[in-house]
Amino acid sequence: MSKLYTGAEIVFKCMEDQKVEFIFGYPGGAVLPIYDELKNHDSIKHILARHEQGAGHAAEGYARSCGKPGVVLVTSGPGATNVVTALTDAYMDSIPLVCISGQVPTHLIGTDAFQECDTTGITRPCTKHNWLVKDVKELAKTIHKAFEVATTGRPGPVLVDIPKDIQFQKAKYTNFKKQKKLNGKSNNRFSQKDIDKLIEMMSKAKQPIFYTGGGVINSGPRASEQLRELVSITGFPITSTLQGLGSFPGDDNQFLGMLGMHGTYEANNAMHDCDLMINIGARFDDRITGKIDEFSPKSKKVHIDIDPSSINKNVKVNLPIVGDVSEVISLLIKTIKKHKPNFLKSNKENISKWWEQIGKWRSVNSLNFINSDKTIKPQFAIQRLYELTKNKDTFITTEVGQHQMWAAQHYKFDKPNRWMTSGGLGTMGYGLPAAVGVQIAHPNKLVVDIAGEASVLMTMQEMSTAVQYNLPIKIFILNNEYMGMVRQWQELLHEKNYSESYTAALPDFVKLAEAYGCVGIRAKTPDELDQKIQEMIDVKKPVIFDCLVDKEENCFPMIPSGKPHNQMLLGPNDQKENKITGKGKTLV
Amino acid sequence: MAKSKSAYSDPGKKGKLDTHIIVVWVDNEAGVLARVVGLFSGRGYNIESLAVAEVDPKRGISRITIVTTGTPQVIEQIKLQLGKLVPVHKVADFMRGDKKIIFKEMALLKLVGNTSKRNKALKVCKKFNPVVLDKTQKSVVLQITALRREIDIVMGDLKKFGLVSVSRTGAVAMTRGSEIFK
Repeated sequence: MSKLYTGAEIVFKCMEDQKVEFIFGYPGGAVLPIYDELKNHDSIKHILARHEQGAGHAAEGYARSCGKPGVVLVTSGPGATNVVTALTDAYMDSIPLVCISGQVPTHLIGTDAFQECDTTGITRPCTKHNWLVKDVKELAKTIHKAFEVATTGRPGPVLVDIPKDIQFQKAKYTNFKKQKKLNGKSNNRFSQKDIDKLIEMMSKAKQPIFYTGGGVINSGPRASEQLRELVSITGFPITSTLQGLGSFPGDDNQFLGMLGMHGTYEANNAMHDCDLMINIGARFDDRITGKIDEFSPKSKKVHIDIDPSSINKNVKVNLPIVGDVSEVISLLIKTIKKHKPNFLKSNKENISKWWEQIGKWRSVNSLNFINSDKTIKPQFAIQRLYELTKNKDTFITTEVGQHQMWAAQHYKFDKPNRWMTSGGLGTMGYGLPAAVGVQIAHPNKLVVDIAGEASVLMTMQEMSTAVQYNLPIKIFILNNEYMGMVRQWQELLHEKNYSESYTAALPDFVKLAEAYGCVGIRAKTPDELDQKIQEMIDVKKPVIFDCLVDKEENCFPMIPSGKPHNQMLLGPNDQKENKITGKGKTLV
Repeated sequence: MAKSKSAYSDPGKKGKLDTHIIVVWVDNEAGVLARVVGLFSGRGYNIESLAVAEVDPKRGISRITIVTTGTPQVIEQIKLQLGKLVPVHKVADFMRGDKKIIFKEMALLKLVGNTSKRNKALKVCKKFNPVVLDKTQKSVVLQITALRREIDIVMGDLKKFGLVSVSRTGAVAMTRGSEIFK
């Protein structure tokens, strides 16, 4: 008779078979049997967060930076409810997470027991799928299925809720064989005919554009390489969403910068005026499209996505291609090379006028700002950070707000998986714990969280985690004492009524750093900025960098609410802006 | 138009609403109905009626029939979102009024009144396969099967014949002829 294992042992056997190296978690009554078993499994290291939300975001940072699923372990009740924000964040940004939660013993479920909550009920809308395991014989199968669901098709979070008595009960464990055939929920339904149709559209286009998103990153590093080849053999311009940054080099001449609400003038105008839009792994989010009725009115639209429900959800498209980005691009390149080896040459004339027009938009230089020699402009701080870190393989995480948009605009990424930001859910407090997870996956790389002082305070306790595991993350705070994006909207749309967006009584971040046992650095003037940033990079410990920036700087360019792409507000430096502002004031 | 203060774009033009019958085959496991219904409520879709029961005890498959209204785009989304749920095996969709499909609802009607009233009531129901399930000196319980709007009409007509209580199922559907749902 084969050996019997306890539920807790089975949890670890499954994780070993899934090649899990790190678990991010927090212990509690209902998961104690699993924590008790931890000592017997050397290949799996547990990272103790300071809050379950922090554990969740750290697992997200880990997953996004190395492409493997992040594993979270939390207790019942508050442990599970605290992780809900991270699960929802992962659901919105398609990050593979496997969350294991403890639950009160089976016989107590439904009795309002201590630390009981309806975990599967609460997490149902924010996971791809979840399970309550009521029979130890089902446990191994369920956990393996959980990993499969999290990582196949469009990735996302899953949760397995395990009652405490199940963790003690015993069952057989049959060795796991990874199935080659993916489950029925992953989709590669495209055919050669679709690709031929796309190439036909591409050769007719006079004003084409690639619009790429996080799907390229999720499809793996190879997809980014293939995208570069595709863009280079077509000569088309390319723009990227917030999540797609890094899949194409940010300093390449064919790259128009990020698009959307705070995207560049050239990217948004090109999206509006194009005659062929090829969406690769993006989802026509409302921050991208602006006013949907006037979104890119003249274009034929192609949408490549692994999730069929993303297609025709917000914007009707002419050619849907359901499939994995990497596989679609690979067939596309192969077909172009075979049937149209001179595509680039023959196409050059076709789109030369288009590039001329793009050049005109580019000359507006929409990311420009009026620099100062007295106060540090936040954009300047990001530019200096970029210049001083671009030669290292740097990983950037962010919180949510103005600093996030400035980072996306001014930090140029040239590799995938180097940019971790909460895009869909927009979770303040994401960046610091995410940096913890990234540093765990890449212990010898430079990891910087570009933060705002308001966001970072939401999960500041995770500095303690960073110190415990010697993770030299750098928290680069653009400190303007405001919730900057809230303040900006209030200035533009609510008659400068800065209701509750100013934070009084902020902590002294340098002293706070010291209290945590890490290093605090403060920069007050533009002159000292470079030297202080260098100091931050050189320190081999976690750093909180308090960068005091202009308090009232706004993030431009900007598409005001309810406006199409070609009606952008530009920054104060641009003359054209005066015209738009005159009209814009009545419009916004 | 009032100036927008929203960070979100204005709602676009609303399309025409159609009524559809969505049939979903699911694993009959704990929470599966909550998943399906939660998807509808979470995404703001509409449920007009719902009928669910296990149809294949051996494989543990339940069949859920949902009547819903929405623009063609919304109906398409409903089908695709349902298809993504892990316990969902297949999804079929039919326009109300599709000639190839039979739709039926069942209703139980309780009437209280004298024999003459009750007989008149039976006459009203004649077209809808009335079955007398229970009968006393003062009352009768009738079972009828018909389309939703037919039952609506019957209910209106029966008011004057002593209708005191109604219980109705959601619609169920099946294809005509030898074909089955794909």
